[in-house]
Amino acid sequence: MGKELLAIVVGVLTLVAAVGVNIASAQKGPIKIGVLAPMTGGAAAVGKDMVNGLAMYLDEIGQQMAGRKVEVIVEDTQGKPDVALTKLRKLVESDNVQVLVGETFAHIGYALAPRVDEYKIPMLYPVIAADDLTQRKPAKWVVRTGWTSSQPSHPFGEWVYTTLGYKRIVSIAIDYAFGWEVVGGFQQSFEEAGGQIIQKLWPPLGTTDFAPYLAQIRRDADAVFALMVAASSLRFPKQYQDAGLKTRLPLIGGGTTFDEFVLPALGDEAIGGISPLIYSAALDTPVNVHFVKTYRAKFGKVPSYFSETCYTTGRWINEAAQAVGGNVEDRESFLAALRKVEIPDAPRGPIKLDSYGNPIQNIYVRKVEKKDGELWNTVIQTFPAVSQFWKYSPEEFLKQPVYSRDFPPCKHC
Amino acid sequence: MLRRRRQLGLGIILLLLVISPLFLSAYPLTLLTQALIYAILAMSLDLLLGYTGLASLGHAAYLGVGAYSVGVLTTHYGANFWVTLAVGVLLAMVVAAVFGLVALRATGVYFLMITLALGMVVWGLAHRWVSMTQGDNGIPGIPRPDLGLPWSLARAMPFYYFALAGFLLAFWILRVIVRSPFGQSLVGIRESESRMRTLGYHVWLHKYLGFVIAGVVGGFSGVLWAYYNGFVSPGDLELATSGEVVLMVALGGRGTLVGPAVGAGVIVLLKNFVSVYTERWLLILGVVYVLTIIYAPEGIVGAIRPLTKGIKLTSPRVKASP
Repeated sequence: MGKELLAIVVGVLTLVAAVGVNIASAQKGPIKIGVLAPMTGGAAAVGKDMVNGLAMYLDEIGQQMAGRKVEVIVEDTQGKPDVALTKLRKLVESDNVQVLVGETFAHIGYALAPRVDEYKIPMLYPVIAADDLTQRKPAKWVVRTGWTSSQPSHPFGEWVYTTLGYKRIVSIAIDYAFGWEVVGGFQQSFEEAGGQIIQKLWPPLGTTDFAPYLAQIRRDADAVFALMVAASSLRFPKQYQDAGLKTRLPLIGGGTTFDEFVLPALGDEAIGGISPLIYSAALDTPVNVHFVKTYRAKFGKVPSYFSETCYTTGRWINEAAQAVGGNVEDRESFLAALRKVEIPDAPRGPIKLDSYGNPIQNIYVRKVEKKDGELWNTVIQTFPAVSQFWKYSPEEFLKQPVYSRDFPPCKHC
Repeated sequence: MLRRRRQLGLGIILLLLVISPLFLSAYPLTLLTQALIYAILAMSLDLLLGYTGLASLGHAAYLGVGAYSVGVLTTHYGANFWVTLAVGVLLAMVVAAVFGLVALRATGVYFLMITLALGMVVWGLAHRWVSMTQGDNGIPGIPRPDLGLPWSLARAMPFYYFALAGFLLAFWILRVIVRSPFGQSLVGIRESESRMRTLGYHVWLHKYLGFVIAGVVGGFSGVLWAYYNGFVSPGDLELATSGEVVLMVALGGRGTLVGPAVGAGVIVLLKNFVSVYTERWLLILGVVYVLTIIYAPEGIVGAIRPLTKGIKLTSPRVKASP
């Protein structure tokens, strides 16, 4: 009995020790990039685009940055904050990564930021667009290489009033922070230009049948501003057409309503949709044409802004690593270098960071058109070098609350 | 002899839990912490699912109530650990007391559907009551508790022991409850509600009390969960969480207390270790579930049990009579 027990204890202890030893790893060696992305679950396709974008850049530079080999460790977050936090711990504590890239959802961005600050490891957010991450609640160690939700909406709102001439608009947007911020930015600049938002509809995340909302849309409007994401982007334009609205009220919207991610799955119902974003695959610059061609050859599909931002993020890390002579272990100066990066010729155009850590970049107004049997977001207007604050002064802008369901209030409803 | 062997087994598990921080680095230790917290939730559900025979599919609600209490109180009011603990647990009790009134009107699949709906109500509240819960964004920046100990709970190892203490406390309380005459009457209700009624038991009241106790312990796990993650969002109380807890109970072994704890450990570790190697980890988890159902319908602990046959793990003979 006693021996038996001893054997069991020794056996189990050996097992535990084995797991422990496995975790220890080398300090100097390759530059390790930890990637957090949803590789399974509802947003898995987005995660793939992100990882592909980064992988393509690393292939182009031969997996070398500043003379050091680069190693990428991808962890699946399943699109859940608690899983993302666990995987963050893994990447930092057992893989000893020197820089982090990732995630898709705003709430995960908010969850990760305080932890990243505790770990003091630079993290780049290529996709998460939640305004306050670079406005009212900035995190020291987070560098955003993507955009803020309201960034494209600001110039677009004014442009819709002055150029398209719509005076009265109904908004229909997915009911969560991203939707509120996209609509909020649009409403603010559209109404300042003289327009009126006369109705705001908020279908919840995961809505599949929009008929009850489409039936409510006021017919005395000039146009409808829609903000859809992922699965709802696939369904909405078709249902909008089927409800007989397409011919009566032109459809405009936030960038994700018509992004490259959903276009291949849409039909003629999407044609004519106008939306602003930081990127369009149809952008006619030599850099982008080359980028789209290579990406298509490699992965068999048109790159989305998820791919572009992650591709550019790879380059971002490379430039910063070179600036510090490959010594990414000196985290403070590596972070400073990351904040100083300027990329004049990214596929999406020139980028540099403002003092709040969000890119100043071009905003493109895009119109869905059919070219060679495929849908493309033709660029019809470019606003160069737009900051997250647009024409407002940052101090003034930050005094108002973050855009929400109730802000700006619907004065004309 | 057999009884001693089983106690020995529990002793070894406990010993391993106590000494494992000496061997594990920070990351596996945080996984173990996570497993312990989920084990509390799974054990509390076991009181309903395993002992009383009530399949609840809304148990994440109590985790959520506990976790949001911590989130709101610490970030808005700077409340200390004891305040958040008291509020979290009491609030979970109140919620369970109200939900119990509604849910216990039904049994079987209808009970399951009502608890599912009630769980979604709490989820909806977390999602939509933006001024209180910050909605979809969740509440970040929850500090680790400061108990005035010489060790900072911000580090992995002290927090692990903190969670272990919480786990042992919950385990002990639930063990006392299921071994008490009250616990035995719950088992009686599971076996035959009508017979218990004939014997003069107030069946509804017993079930109701069981329901509330399960909610309270679930709320306790939520308090720990919020401190562990430093973050709480509606994602924590999704239907998927409730479903996962049910799986933990089923995988480990219903009606055994130890089983759900083992189930929680297995699922948390599998999820995190397998997903490192393959994106198809869900498939592997699915295979594990199917194999369990085919070859060990009573769960892992249920399958080990015949080895210690003759002594029932948690249900000594009913001595008390009404």
